[in-house]
Amino acid sequence: MTAAGRGHDEDVWVDDEAGPVVRPYAMTRGRTRPVRGTFDLISMVVATRNPPAADAGPGLEHLPPEQQAIVRRCREPLSVAEISAHLNLPLGTVRVMLGDLLDAGLIRIHDPGPADQPHSRLYEALIDGLRQL
Amino acid sequence: MVYANSDGTDPADPVPTAVKILVAGGFGVGKTTLVTSVSESAPLRTEEVLSSESVGVDDLSGVEAKETTTVAMDFGRITISDSLVLYLFGTPGQDRFRFMWDELALGALGAVVLADTRRLADSWPSIDYFESDGTPFIVAVNCFEGARRYELDEVQLALDLDPEVPVVLCDARQRQSGKDVLIALVQHAHRVRGGGLN
Ligand SMILES: Nc1nc2c(ncn2[C@@H]2O[C@H](COP(=O)(O)OP(=O)(O)O)[C@@H](O)[C@H]2O)c(=O)[nH]1
Ligand SMILES: [Mg+2]
Repeated sequence: MTAAGRGHDEDVWVDDEAGPVVRPYAMTRGRTRPVRGTFDLISMVVATRNPPAADAGPGLEHLPPEQQAIVRRCREPLSVAEISAHLNLPLGTVRVMLGDLLDAGLIRIHDPGPADQPHSRLYEALIDGLRQL
Repeated sequence: MVYANSDGTDPADPVPTAVKILVAGGFGVGKTTLVTSVSESAPLRTEEVLSSESVGVDDLSGVEAKETTTVAMDFGRITISDSLVLYLFGTPGQDRFRFMWDELALGALGAVVLADTRRLADSWPSIDYFESDGTPFIVAVNCFEGARRYELDEVQLALDLDPEVPVVLCDARQRQSGKDVLIALVQHAHRVRGGGLN
């Protein structure tokens, strides 16, 4: 906060410094844990139905805009980390909103399998895929 | 689990299987560079807001109890096929964020520890971490200009590595080199986890 802020709108004082933390706090109404689900960084999220493009579809318009944005983006499966990156929201905030969406039946979660159970074909597919990049 | 696809994934499910690999090492060693050179788009960034509760009070001694801090992670995506996606996560440099490392390492297929021969000691915390938690890892020596060329077995010795742990050379800026590093890691992880037997 510097003298440069004087005479400007109140917003100036809030946005830059408080923005990244205060806005997500409001989105989750202060909750830090999802009502359901754990949501690994690479859990894949997909919307359970596909409303037509340019239309949030019935049943979505009552949702907070950020939750609508998640459902729209997840017409194609996206990881929890990607949702956080694309919406520029902290992971904790995204997880709380995903919990609400899961609770409402609007998304489906595909958790990653345990990596310590070797499955040769998975490793081979990875190696082949990397070679072909 | 019953798999029907040749890569071990379920063809009936439109949701791909996700796998993650970590890219660790000291500050400025080339983690973000490696993630960028092999991923399919510009690196993505996610952040976690941590309270002192999740970080552990000891680690933030001198910091107000309610204070929060953010830890950012760069990551990238490599779509292997419709049914398989690989994510690469650069580990946050701050080793004190143990909580974040635990979350990252959980379920990881393996880790690449980048090393710069001018400051090998910077790789120790990552190596210690993966050795103790059992995540398969390889060491990739990122060849910066002006650094003396070490023999790979010298590096292995200097880092006090298990002889089984592969040490490879790389240039994190080169896509082909980055791919080779990832392939070496996947092969190593497969070996370590008993692959070839089934
Ligand atoms: N000469 C050279 N420079 C590199 C190489 N890898 C990374 N760099 C540079 O080193 C700096 C730090 O790399 P960065 O990826 O940001 O490191 P990070 O802190 O581990 O994420 C950047 O300026 C890179 O361009 C390399 O293989 N050779
Ligand atoms: Mg970096």
